[in-house]
Amino acid sequence: MIKIEHMSKSYGPYPAVIDISFEVLKGEIVGFLGPNGAGKTTTMRVVTGFTPPTHGEVTVGGYNVVSHSLDVRRHIGYLPESVPLYLDMTVTDYLTYMGEIRGMNKSWVKERLPKVIDMVRLGEYRNTLVGRLSKGYRQRTGIAQAILHEPDVLVMDEPTIGIDPIQVVETRELISNLGEEHTMLLSSHILPEVSAICKRVLVINDGRIVADDKPDDLSEKLQHAERIEISVRGAEAPAFINAMRDISDVVDARSDQRVSIVQRAEREDFSPFIVDARPNVQASEQIAKTIIENGWGLTNLTPLPMTLEEIFLELTTEENLGE
Amino acid sequence: MRFISVIAIKEIRTYFASPMAYVVSAAFLAITGFFFVASVSDAFAEASIRGYLAGAIFFMIFMSPALTMRLIAEEQKLGTLELLLTSPLREFEIVFGKFIAAFVTTFVMIVLSLYFVIVLFVYGDPDVGPLLSGLLGLSLYAAATLAVGLFASSLSSNQIVGLVVGSGILTALTIIDFVSERLTGVVSEVLDAFQLGASFSVFDLDSFGVAEGGHFADFARGIISLTDIAYYSSITAVFLLLTVLVLEARRWR
Repeated sequence: MIKIEHMSKSYGPYPAVIDISFEVLKGEIVGFLGPNGAGKTTTMRVVTGFTPPTHGEVTVGGYNVVSHSLDVRRHIGYLPESVPLYLDMTVTDYLTYMGEIRGMNKSWVKERLPKVIDMVRLGEYRNTLVGRLSKGYRQRTGIAQAILHEPDVLVMDEPTIGIDPIQVVETRELISNLGEEHTMLLSSHILPEVSAICKRVLVINDGRIVADDKPDDLSEKLQHAERIEISVRGAEAPAFINAMRDISDVVDARSDQRVSIVQRAEREDFSPFIVDARPNVQASEQIAKTIIENGWGLTNLTPLPMTLEEIFLELTTEENLGE
Repeated sequence: MRFISVIAIKEIRTYFASPMAYVVSAAFLAITGFFFVASVSDAFAEASIRGYLAGAIFFMIFMSPALTMRLIAEEQKLGTLELLLTSPLREFEIVFGKFIAAFVTTFVMIVLSLYFVIVLFVYGDPDVGPLLSGLLGLSLYAAATLAVGLFASSLSSNQIVGLVVGSGILTALTIIDFVSERLTGVVSEVLDAFQLGASFSVFDLDSFGVAEGGHFADFARGIISLTDIAYYSSITAVFLLLTVLVLEARRWR
């Protein structure tokens, strides 16, 4: 449905997106993940026909975004990150207007509008001025305008940014439901969100795609390190850390920052540490051996699962180092 | 065409839903009313709308950009321009729709001020020719100044910038004869040909001046000349086209 081939986009001399290629198939929900400034919004603006690519070919539903921009725009529903709304219009007026400029005729709008308002649960606010709505309800209004004209492709840029946690959950639910009938490209810089909604994740950093996978596979594939929580008795922190770092399969060792100074004092000589080691080797065994050889008392050695955020962080930091 | 009317209707509703249209109308009626009354209250005064026209075209140098300053600048500020430009609309449909909305709003003001004409017919015996040519000229003049204002509004997301740039361009075209007077030859003639029509002599309450060499002078006198119609239509067309180009350029940035 969306096909991007070797697309680059520069703003003057500044490259925002560099040679990216991917395809979103019909009915797929693809999450677009990356830190701020990675090129997510730029890519979405190219897909929606707002701005043309500097190089490369982008098609939506078979139409080229440059040469057949109008056809592309007819098939797309777009929610920009800033959720642009006319604050001095009522929800109903705003949505009617947005429907009409998307090419819907009056009777279609009349038939479709109540359904969409129900879908995003804006019923009691249908005659409220958009400017009086809370951020969460504005977000719903924004989503409503994107789906009103029954587009084949939905493009949503950071749809849950800046709204309170309860509304975030509701908005995610709403988006998940929409995904059942739309092809969707959704951007976010929050991993749990993407893994909750999307079946496929594209990770973008510094204008390049650095990973393209299912959320589960992504975490497995990226597990370059095993994280181990260790508590020992009778060890000075610097000595312990140095001893750990001398083990060939250990990547890094440090004091466990998750434990507060007060807790550390209470535990007296039980010093908690975090050690990152390479997976698929007998790192734990070597660590235990080293501790015992040094005469420290090993009280805890637990492998920790890595959170998606950490994987993401690792993923993007590694890319930086590669440059 | 359908998109143009959808946009025009939305913008007209916005005008009349906000204080803008009312405040500007009130100011327009007050100022033109003052000039009208001043021009007809002398003994043996001419029963004409000359004073009203002179006041109206002078005031439009500021009123037209004030009416249009919101139209595109605000869409940029709110980010709604991104939605407009990702809807299946062409740039000229957006620009035309907004221009028509501003023109209709201005036209409503002109119609509201027509009670001056009724007053003239009740208390005097005005010449119908200059009345009709004056109102035609005023409509063309309004269209030209609104097009300049709309162009100014497209330049940035700041409404005040739109107002200042729009009024600046119109003021420059109004005082262009100050410059041409001091020059000779072809340059002077070319500059003269661009004189917009209003004149600062409007504040001279004996003459109620429109610029003598300007394109409004004939309309005020009762003469409809093709040159003047062409001038105002060209200014309107050129600035609307420039506005479309500014929006298209945004797409390519």
